[in-house]
Amino acid sequence: MLEKEGQVRIPSGCAISGFISRDGNMISGEDAVKSISYMHDRSNGLGGGFAGYGIYPEYKDLYALHVFYDTNASREQTERFLDRHFDVVNLSRIPTRKHPNITNEPLIWRYFVTPLPTKMASSQLPEKEFVAKCVIRINNDINGAYVFSSGKNMGVFKAVGFPEDVGEFYRLEEYEGYAWTVHGRYPTNTPGWWGGAHPFSLLDYTIVHNGEISSYDANRRFIEMFGYKCTLLTDTEVITYIIDYLNRRQNLSLEDVASIIAAPFWSEIDRMEPEKAEKLRYFRNVFSSLLITGPFSIILGYNGGLMALNDRLKLRSMVVAEKGDMFYISSEECAIRAICPDAENIRSPRGGEPVIVTLSEEGKRKCL
Amino acid sequence: MSVNYFPAEFEVLRNTDKCIKCRACERQCANEVHFYDADFDKMLTHDDQCVDCQRCVTICPTGALKIHKNPNEFRQNYNYTQQIMTENYRQAGTGAVLLSSMGNPLPYPVYWDKILINASQVTNPSIDPLREPMETKVFLGKKPNKMSFNEDGSVNTKLDPHLELSVPIMFSAMSYGSISKNAHESLARAATELGTYYNTGEGGLHKDFYQYGPNTIVQVASGRFGVFKDYLETGAAIEIKMGQGAKPGIGGHLPGAKIREDVSKTRMIPMGTDAISPAPHHDIYSIEDLRQLIYSLKEATEYKKPIIVKIAAVHNVAAIASGIARSGADIIAIDGFRGGTGAAPTRIRDNVGIPIELALASVDQRLRDEGIRNNVSVVVAGSIRSASDAVKAIALGADAIYIATPALLAMGCHLCRSCHGGKCNWGIATQRPDLVKRLNPDVAYKRLVNLVHAWDHEIKEMMGGMGINSIEALRGNRLMLRGIGLTDRELKILGIAHAGE
Repeated sequence: MLEKEGQVRIPSGCAISGFISRDGNMISGEDAVKSISYMHDRSNGLGGGFAGYGIYPEYKDLYALHVFYDTNASREQTERFLDRHFDVVNLSRIPTRKHPNITNEPLIWRYFVTPLPTKMASSQLPEKEFVAKCVIRINNDINGAYVFSSGKNMGVFKAVGFPEDVGEFYRLEEYEGYAWTVHGRYPTNTPGWWGGAHPFSLLDYTIVHNGEISSYDANRRFIEMFGYKCTLLTDTEVITYIIDYLNRRQNLSLEDVASIIAAPFWSEIDRMEPEKAEKLRYFRNVFSSLLITGPFSIILGYNGGLMALNDRLKLRSMVVAEKGDMFYISSEECAIRAICPDAENIRSPRGGEPVIVTLSEEGKRKCL
Repeated sequence: MSVNYFPAEFEVLRNTDKCIKCRACERQCANEVHFYDADFDKMLTHDDQCVDCQRCVTICPTGALKIHKNPNEFRQNYNYTQQIMTENYRQAGTGAVLLSSMGNPLPYPVYWDKILINASQVTNPSIDPLREPMETKVFLGKKPNKMSFNEDGSVNTKLDPHLELSVPIMFSAMSYGSISKNAHESLARAATELGTYYNTGEGGLHKDFYQYGPNTIVQVASGRFGVFKDYLETGAAIEIKMGQGAKPGIGGHLPGAKIREDVSKTRMIPMGTDAISPAPHHDIYSIEDLRQLIYSLKEATEYKKPIIVKIAAVHNVAAIASGIARSGADIIAIDGFRGGTGAAPTRIRDNVGIPIELALASVDQRLRDEGIRNNVSVVVAGSIRSASDAVKAIALGADAIYIATPALLAMGCHLCRSCHGGKCNWGIATQRPDLVKRLNPDVAYKRLVNLVHAWDHEIKEMMGGMGINSIEALRGNRLMLRGIGLTDRELKILGIAHAGE
């Protein structure tokens, strides 16, 4: 019998794409679908997914949990857990349409929740930490339940299939967001478990990733010291936890996070200004186990922005482009041209150079 | 003369057609194996004094000599082997504890040889170290668990003291006294040129070598030989030696014959007296006492130097390491049961302790399980024989490795395991001036540098094959390892899968 994702580590290649309207204009999920469809051959039909930001303005202060269930029993068990820890303001099945290429779907539910103040107080945890812990607990402890999206005013939609089919399945044309990321997966083998598709997310962090990191187990064994549990054994999962740990828990800026996971070589550090060199030397010493080696190109999505980052040798393709307030990131230029034929300032960021794009003041007012 | 009961262990074979009777072998052999018989105009040998150090074989200008194991056999017995019988004869003759040197030679499993390394194919490119940067720099010391920021919001980059190694390889502790001054000088100069560290061992630091202080780890062992303020302040780090892999649970014994003038001064003990380090530190009877010594040394050196605690790999090593990680140590050095020694009781060397591979795997995992791996760096010793052993050790979780036997080999040692005799023909494990001068530090230090450079190249090649371009991404990366011919239990302890999985 094929082992499920998490029981075995599966290398994959992929396609990624993403865009953001810096002024916070709402863009239909259809654009993300169209963009990724131009990179069809970079996926093999064994996983596709989307993350949209700003898609739930009516519930923007609530955590939106998207959950896969194998059975109704696991749903009932999870809902009992949610009732004990959260005030569930709204719950429903996520609307989908039947699609000939998307089969074997699990039960797919969505909950808008807010942590119960008494529970949170007794846990002595900050709100985000409390929510993250609850998500990790459901995913670890409840058989057949898997929370695959848990941020505010954002959501992940993913399945086994080609990404353009996944987009149609989830009726993404009905959603509008200021930023989208999308992923088409080319795993070398997989039994086709929906939870294994990407993006991977924790709170509002989502990662789409193309690559296979050679530092995986060094990273995993380090990050698991801090309460994370890598259950999927995928690169994307461990990268998400690393970013959560450095950015949210250690309060480091995304630029600093990038300079830790795709650290400059010592030869480069030695040529830097003393102050900068000292900081980077400190990071490479203290967070040496969070250096990520091997090929990767990632797009990190979070409430308010996107960050694109390549491994320090740039072993995976990734281009960025602009047009007006729009900013585009993709594995290949064609996926940008597909939705913005006259995109400007197309360039290939250097290995290890983070490209961080955030909402403008106007965008923040509208969307955050 | 009484009967010896056992034959010579080795036999010297001389090809008389090749021998030109130059008597070089006679002059070179401190064990006085070779001698010239003028009456018969013949080179003869006392085979029973031969230790198979290969000095004469190497030096013979005509290649006339070979040493082989004496083919004479006692009646075959798989239980009472010839070796066990011989040892009993020996003890019946002397009434003494058997002494041995260098690492455990018995055929215990060598786990390094049952672990295989991964390489990239298709999904992930391998990296060519000749074309791309490949980094092996390592820092050893305590890492903070929580970032702190300055008032202006910048990251506070103040750290506990660290060692910075340009290669993840250091020279392990060998005391001046057990090895010669020239050997020490070679190690000190090599460490300096390599950007790494050598370790004084428990014999103090000769005043000539204070100049190499920035690349010196000074040891504080139970005998406290040569320990005083200048010594502590000179080293880059201080190592508290709690145990040694070759002889866990016992102290050290340097015979008075090796305590000549310089050694006596360096160790701060009278000439000719035996230097005996007690089995325990007499101010450390428990873990809380260790903490006090760690902080005493930190106080004495104003918190400027990392403190290493070196322990032997014994059965409950993981729990001990966890205790040490909570006691203020910056680095833990673990020494496996195959580690070398200048002298140890044979029974202890050959039967006490556990393999470093298993000790390392369980310590690293235990420290991670307890979330305290960041409190300390882990250095392993005790038979890391090659660059591939080093790669496997780092992938199991070591921050760096200590080597000693390979360093001795680089200087000419042939592992005759007779260091305790003090008559090392290679000028390494001896204090006899005529022997010591055979080891030329100008040559030996260069050979040490070559050895470590060669290993470093090989480490980089293997890392590149795995698609890893910095050593920190290899550390603890057990997914890069597979076991071969190991039981489920062994695999579980090592934390690796079996080949084919």
